[in-house]
Amino acid sequence: MTAFLAKRLGFGFLTLVVASVVVFAVMEILPGDPARVMLGMNATPEALETLRNQMGLNEPVLLRYLNWAGGLLTGDFGRSYTYSSPVVDLIGERVIVSLPLAIISLVLSTAIAIPVGIYAAARRGRAGDTVSMGAAQLGVAVPNFWFALLLIYVFAVWLRLVPAGGFPGWSGGIWPGLKSLILPAIALALPQAAILARVTRSAMLEVLGEDYIRTARAKGMPRRYVLWRHALRNAMIPVLTILGLQFAFLLAGTIIIENVFYLPGLGRLVFQAITQRDLIVVEGVVMLLVASVVVVNILVDICYALVDPRLRVRG
Amino acid sequence: MSLLEIEKLSLDIAGVPILNGVDLAIGEGEVMGLVGESGSGKSMTALAVMRLLPNAARATGRVAFDGIDVLAAPEAAMNRLRGDDIGMVFQEPMTALNPVKTIGEQVAEGIRWHTGASRADAEARARAMLDRVGLPESKFPLSRYPHELSGGQRQRVVIAIACALNPKLLIADEPTTALDVVLQAQILDLLRDLVSERGMGLLLISHDLAVVTDMADRITIMRHGEVMEAGETAPTLSRQEHPYTRQLARASMHVPDRKKHGPAAGGSSLEDLPPLLSVENVTRDYPGRRVSLFSKPEPFRAVDGVSFTLQAGQSTALVGRSGCGKSTLARMILALDRPTAGAIRLNGQEVSAMDEAALRPARRDMQVVFQDPYGSFNPRHEVERLVAEPLHLLEEKPSPARRREMVATALHEVGLSASDMDKYPHEFSGGQRQRLSIARAIITRPRLVVADEPVSALDVSIRAQVLDLFADLNQRLGIAYLFITHDLTVARAITDEVMVMHEGRIVERGRTGEVLDNPQSDPARALVAAAPDLHRALKRRMGEQGVA
Repeated sequence: MTAFLAKRLGFGFLTLVVASVVVFAVMEILPGDPARVMLGMNATPEALETLRNQMGLNEPVLLRYLNWAGGLLTGDFGRSYTYSSPVVDLIGERVIVSLPLAIISLVLSTAIAIPVGIYAAARRGRAGDTVSMGAAQLGVAVPNFWFALLLIYVFAVWLRLVPAGGFPGWSGGIWPGLKSLILPAIALALPQAAILARVTRSAMLEVLGEDYIRTARAKGMPRRYVLWRHALRNAMIPVLTILGLQFAFLLAGTIIIENVFYLPGLGRLVFQAITQRDLIVVEGVVMLLVASVVVVNILVDICYALVDPRLRVRG
Repeated sequence: MSLLEIEKLSLDIAGVPILNGVDLAIGEGEVMGLVGESGSGKSMTALAVMRLLPNAARATGRVAFDGIDVLAAPEAAMNRLRGDDIGMVFQEPMTALNPVKTIGEQVAEGIRWHTGASRADAEARARAMLDRVGLPESKFPLSRYPHELSGGQRQRVVIAIACALNPKLLIADEPTTALDVVLQAQILDLLRDLVSERGMGLLLISHDLAVVTDMADRITIMRHGEVMEAGETAPTLSRQEHPYTRQLARASMHVPDRKKHGPAAGGSSLEDLPPLLSVENVTRDYPGRRVSLFSKPEPFRAVDGVSFTLQAGQSTALVGRSGCGKSTLARMILALDRPTAGAIRLNGQEVSAMDEAALRPARRDMQVVFQDPYGSFNPRHEVERLVAEPLHLLEEKPSPARRREMVATALHEVGLSASDMDKYPHEFSGGQRQRLSIARAIITRPRLVVADEPVSALDVSIRAQVLDLFADLNQRLGIAYLFITHDLTVARAITDEVMVMHEGRIVERGRTGEVLDNPQSDPARALVAAAPDLHRALKRRMGEQGVA
């Protein structure tokens, strides 16, 4: 297990290094001069030149990469061109919104999807299966912002249970913050749950056709017991894979939902940064996402090994 | 009253009739052999007794087990019956165990469920049962997972699960078909001992008449979902009153008619010719599992210093237990893998050292037939394309008309017709598909065909026909064969010479009849002793059951 972890971590770090090179290179190629962005269209060439020198933009590319990458390692993501505040602070303000949002949606979608998938698989071809998979089909097809609008209308405008948008921050206690995250979390979770339910169902159906399920039934185990005790764990591998992918998406792919609910999340930060050519912020956010994907993948790999003993021995 | 009584059992799955009026009875402690070719309804009969039929199945008739009407009993009653009064062993040990649960959990589970025993008691009983089936604690603690066990060991675990609660009836559905002959003999011995020691009835399902004759007091022969004949084993098989029984028995003992070939027929002159294939001191190592981060992993030696030669037109068997290295050796001969050391020459040219381009003429001269006639064809391609596949090895690409002609000839040679060219693989039966693979192998007019268990997936009557075909092609086209098999009956039927492989080495070589009748080395003796033999089994049974 230690060797397995060491190998995974080493591989993850390598991924980060490669990603940093790619991210940096792409940003170099993209048009947009940070100095001009900061000084505006009317800046004199002298002023631009001075600022470039000051920001180190005239240094050789390799040196600038090393400076930037070295900064990343020490937690210094540089300074935003537009806000002039440290990128780390900007990201930090947004992560405390996006991370809880992603976690809540993930928990919600898992809590809905896995029981529904198992239920549908157990009742294959019957009414319960048709209805739940029909609902899942709808969940995949309908865009999440439409769900979001519906939720706002019902729970915020009509029932007045939760705010329609905005984020009060965590300083006023956990509850007000949670209250403003609950609708966006549901809106994000539903389509994810729909996909996950379908994956769970098909994984369960495949496992239920395996020989060892017949062996368990031949032992006299009732159908329900076999479903939960023999089939479920074997069906978890594809489910875990999808869960890992979904978490990465939830962390930053939520810009539409953030806009619908006026949430100051990572998605909006990166969107604004792109429109303002605030490349250093974009770079920082992208690297954070790459890191989170790497971490999630390592967690998923560990879960694989916990679920399936056959995956434990390989170093 | 019998323990199990099946009367007029008919079954259809989604409207397709599977069983038609099957009658079968097993008394307490009796061993019943159920024989038939694939699709005859043997397994469905067994699953009907367990009531583990597919969802779409509808059964009529009567199945009574120990006074319980199985087809009408509530599910809860069936759950009490399964695993407690009826145990079942399946064909495929590699997939019959849950890969994420330890063997201890899987044996103890049923014990706890049926007896309400505490975890510790159930585990103690599971331990005792695993000891009994030959998996001692020192090497097989309860915490082992199925993937850490070999096929034979897994089948022992499945038997432990089935017999843990001393069922009155044990159903074994082709329990040894996936195992090599030595393991087969061990597992059959284990079943025989358990059955007599605990007074269990046994329903032994097999396609292999020799195995059933060896084990069963009575025999039931099925075909197309109907019982053809039933009765005491020895009289039924010796009298062969039913034509199908006769057909089955003949096919099981079938030996193709072939003139003597190879070195013995041509005298010593053939041996002076340069050999078609020569394997010189070939070794193949695979990287072993790393034990620690710092020590170099110990390599695993699959093939260890093997040398032999094959003459043109000679048919040779390579026999050995599973894992002895015979398939690795075959892969190297076919230049699909390279030896770690040593050389392989075909027509005097060293194929083990050539690159892919230089290999083309050599690949024309050697082709392969695999075991599984279902898995070895792309289902979306037409027969013409499938059979013509090796033609890309020719120096000149044949014209479409020429290509069709060559495919037609090859199909004709294997007993299929040219009109089959535009069909797809699913339109053929298993035996016909194996003919297709042979057609594909001979289309380039090879001088050597390597056949890896080419008939072991086929029913006996089909197997007899395919063996005839191999013999005929050897005769007519002078193709040399290297037959890789664990089935000594096949080796005896079709080859001039046999090589016995054991732990990566060839331990014995000689004329087929001599080696099989009078094996010298221990591994060869073990193989011969374990091989089921219908003549021998029948003779023994006849003595026991008093038939002249």
